[in-house]
Amino acid sequence: MSQPGPAGSLAAQGSDTPGSSTPTRRGTELAMLAFAAGLVTGALMLVEANQEQQLTMRLVYYGLAYLVLFAVAHGAVRRWAPYADPLILPCVALLNGIGLVMIYRIDLALTERYGDNWSEAAPKQVLWTAIALVMFIAVLKFLPDHRTLSRYAYMFGLAGLVLLALPGMLPSSLSEVNGAKIWLRLGIFSIQPGEFAKILLMVFFAAFLVSKRDLFTVAGRRILGVDLPRARDMGPILFAWGICVAIMVFEKDLGTALLFFGVVLALLYVATERFIWVGVGLVLFVGGCLLAYQLFGHVQGRVESWLDPFGNYEGGGYQLAQALFGFGTGGMFGTGLGSGRPEMLLLQANSDFITAAIGEELGFIGLAALLLVYMLLAMRGMRSAVAVRDSFGKLLGGGLSFTLVMQIFLVVGGVTTLIPLTGITAPFLSAGGSSLLANYVLIALLLRISDAARRPQTGAKPKPVQQAPIAEAHTVMVERPS
Amino acid sequence: MNTPLRRVGLVMLAMVVLLLGNTTYIQLVDADDYRSDARNQRVLYEEYARQRGRIITADEQIIANVKATDDRLRFQRTYANGPMYAPVTGFYSVRYGATGLERAEDEILNGSDDRLFVRRLSDLVTGRDPRGGNIVLTVDSRVQKAAYDAMTRNQFKGAVVAIKPDDGQILAMVSTPSFDPTGLADHDPDVQEKTYNQYRDENNPNKPMLNRAISDNYTPGSTFKLVTAAAALEDGRDKDTQLMASPGIDVLTGDPCDPSDGSTRCMSNYNDNPCGSGQTASLATAIELSCNTAFAQLAGELGVDKLRDQAVRFGIGQTDLTIPLSVVPSCIGPLSDGNCLNIPDRPSLFQSGIGQKDVRVTALENAVVAGTIANDGIRMRPQLVQKILAPDLELISDYHAEEVGDAMSPSSAEALRDMMILSEDHTGGDGKRDDIQVASKTGTAETGADPKNTPPFAWYVAFAPAEDPQVAVAVVVESRDVAATGGKVSAAIGRATMDAALARGN
Repeated sequence: MSQPGPAGSLAAQGSDTPGSSTPTRRGTELAMLAFAAGLVTGALMLVEANQEQQLTMRLVYYGLAYLVLFAVAHGAVRRWAPYADPLILPCVALLNGIGLVMIYRIDLALTERYGDNWSEAAPKQVLWTAIALVMFIAVLKFLPDHRTLSRYAYMFGLAGLVLLALPGMLPSSLSEVNGAKIWLRLGIFSIQPGEFAKILLMVFFAAFLVSKRDLFTVAGRRILGVDLPRARDMGPILFAWGICVAIMVFEKDLGTALLFFGVVLALLYVATERFIWVGVGLVLFVGGCLLAYQLFGHVQGRVESWLDPFGNYEGGGYQLAQALFGFGTGGMFGTGLGSGRPEMLLLQANSDFITAAIGEELGFIGLAALLLVYMLLAMRGMRSAVAVRDSFGKLLGGGLSFTLVMQIFLVVGGVTTLIPLTGITAPFLSAGGSSLLANYVLIALLLRISDAARRPQTGAKPKPVQQAPIAEAHTVMVERPS
Repeated sequence: MNTPLRRVGLVMLAMVVLLLGNTTYIQLVDADDYRSDARNQRVLYEEYARQRGRIITADEQIIANVKATDDRLRFQRTYANGPMYAPVTGFYSVRYGATGLERAEDEILNGSDDRLFVRRLSDLVTGRDPRGGNIVLTVDSRVQKAAYDAMTRNQFKGAVVAIKPDDGQILAMVSTPSFDPTGLADHDPDVQEKTYNQYRDENNPNKPMLNRAISDNYTPGSTFKLVTAAAALEDGRDKDTQLMASPGIDVLTGDPCDPSDGSTRCMSNYNDNPCGSGQTASLATAIELSCNTAFAQLAGELGVDKLRDQAVRFGIGQTDLTIPLSVVPSCIGPLSDGNCLNIPDRPSLFQSGIGQKDVRVTALENAVVAGTIANDGIRMRPQLVQKILAPDLELISDYHAEEVGDAMSPSSAEALRDMMILSEDHTGGDGKRDDIQVASKTGTAETGADPKNTPPFAWYVAFAPAEDPQVAVAVVVESRDVAATGGKVSAAIGRATMDAALARGN
């Protein structure tokens, strides 16, 4: 690590800490990654012990392969984002690792239940993890400054919309799996373009709100002590609302719609600092919910199963009831990894219901620890957003962090019947390539923002501001003398 | 922008706290409800995956064991001589649950019983997989085999129960035709289903899964005369008490009648014979010749209350007997208001005195009646389990003989025994031995709406040796032949069973 020295001392020795006393804390990150690798290997060992009744040297190879994979990621961070927050990558590595172990464990259970009809998900997930890490490194390498993104905001916005709309427009044969039209089936593999659209649209909204934020802070009429926004400023929020309703109608994807709307509301609030936008958003949200409940059978089914999973035990409530049985059986300490019955959760055991499987096998303690890891991850992101200096970075960082918590809230809230089940995947845990890719891009962006936040402001850039020539000076509003 | 960012951070915190709170509620507060929900198969599977304890006979034959498998359930139940012991062990199936001792002693066998708690803890600490405790039966394999072979050799449908009179230990409990529980314990659900469908009552007229020894009761016929005679002896009569000897008795008035009249009111003796050669017959002669008329008259004289009182003292009417398998109650009257001890009218009383009408007795109960007479009138509680052993075979609980009351005075018991010796000497059938004196009573119970043309239930209850009883037995056979009698059909089975019991030594 860096030499302790007086603040502002020049020419520090280490190459990690060019010209500054600010520690990069990359060593901490490496140590935490090794810790995560240890935990994950331990988890895999438990699964093997409980399922196969034996331990093999394979475990060591898996553990090493995992460590190597994340050591490469760590190297990329060291190289291209040296000041990034040291906890973000280890948190992600831990979640991803536990996810892989769990998917492998559920493969064993589902293979026993379904035989050859079940194709193993763990090898695919490992492949997707490798691809996602390549994307992660690419983003770090080719995006040295997150502010570059705001220049292409409108392009991103358009691309996001197209990706989002694509599955809805395509024939069902190309886009529908299990009733949700959110897929692009491209021969051997399928992707969910919505996962990427999420990030693209977030970049767009962040850039858009930063450039137009002044507009939204203008108050309209004041009614009952509340400053209402002007009607013409309602455009963006109505636009977002419309997109969400369209997702529900054309793609039957409750989760993405909820997630998207929640993130837009959070961005709007952060950008304008006006609570009224949240109020307006909530009114629209409630209206949208009521409308969806009235119009769509699948929404009604979800709500019924949520209110009384055991009443619909033979039908839509079966998986939820099994999730609750699993949670109850797991209790405080869980049945132990590899000793539960995740096959009861049927085919969604490793995607929508993976947190239920974890709650059963690792118990309340395991699930709580997992939730705290998510919170830690999101809070580190939020901290970076607070610390970064530019508004776009703040907004984007805040939005990305909020997305993480919002996703896990929808997932875990859904399987624990806190809210209706929305069919969304847990970031880094659930099986599914698109979600993994998108969330690794999200993490790369967060690391980029946190790197910018902690990077010492030395060098040429922030020269003392010189007096601009009069021709380039800003126009100054002067009060008219009366 | 930092203030709203921090506020959003707080909202995120609140969301996670909400999740934690809800999860706490589900996994800690409501957990037991979910865990014990009947639809939650997880607990069941866990139990099935444990190494279940063994069931062992008194002479240390393992009749239910486990073998290791390579599937998730890990251990499969195996049965030695499945059909022979099925009425005792019952079956143990993932899909169809458990019956018999597998169910009654499930907590011991699966290791969850409180008495195994300390061992479970030490298993937890030492990392050994928890195992179930073992059950040692009172049943002796030699007696069980003798009874089972005697029944199946003739393809009889019925039951045999043998008990030790002095402590109530059940030496044999046979029900035929039986079933093999092995297929039901198979881990392949299809095999389980196939086996179950093959045996279930709806598909199989022989009802192999019905335990005829304790789960069904039969009209006892003349074997019930032991109860009537005991009531008479306790009421002050003796073996020389004179009773009417006419070949028929009018079931409305109790007067003598001639059965050859063809009146439906005239209840007759076997083959319409008179009771012996005299004008009247002694109680001893009435037992020896099994005279219906004499016992109908006796029941009429005793009245409902005395007859019921004596029946109850023998254990008839007990609804909660468990050995630990639950035993259906034996009855002297129609079932009403949860008991079956009321004889509604006088014609019924006459018929009840000879064990017809609504009198119904399990094979076990009849063995208890014989055993009680053999044990000087002291009734012992019948039991199947001798010892409970921990997984490491350490003794957890031992057998306690339990007296459940005096059914009759020792002198009455002795008098009755002497009459049963006369009866045995009058009874035919194979398997008689010169060296052992048996005391017995046969019964040929009329069944169905047209009893003269319906095969009867053939009974034989006995104990031996008469002067120092070591074993009491009850045999019931649902005969296929209209002309079958207890003496012709069942006596040989009872004698073979007793021989095996006496030959095994103690």
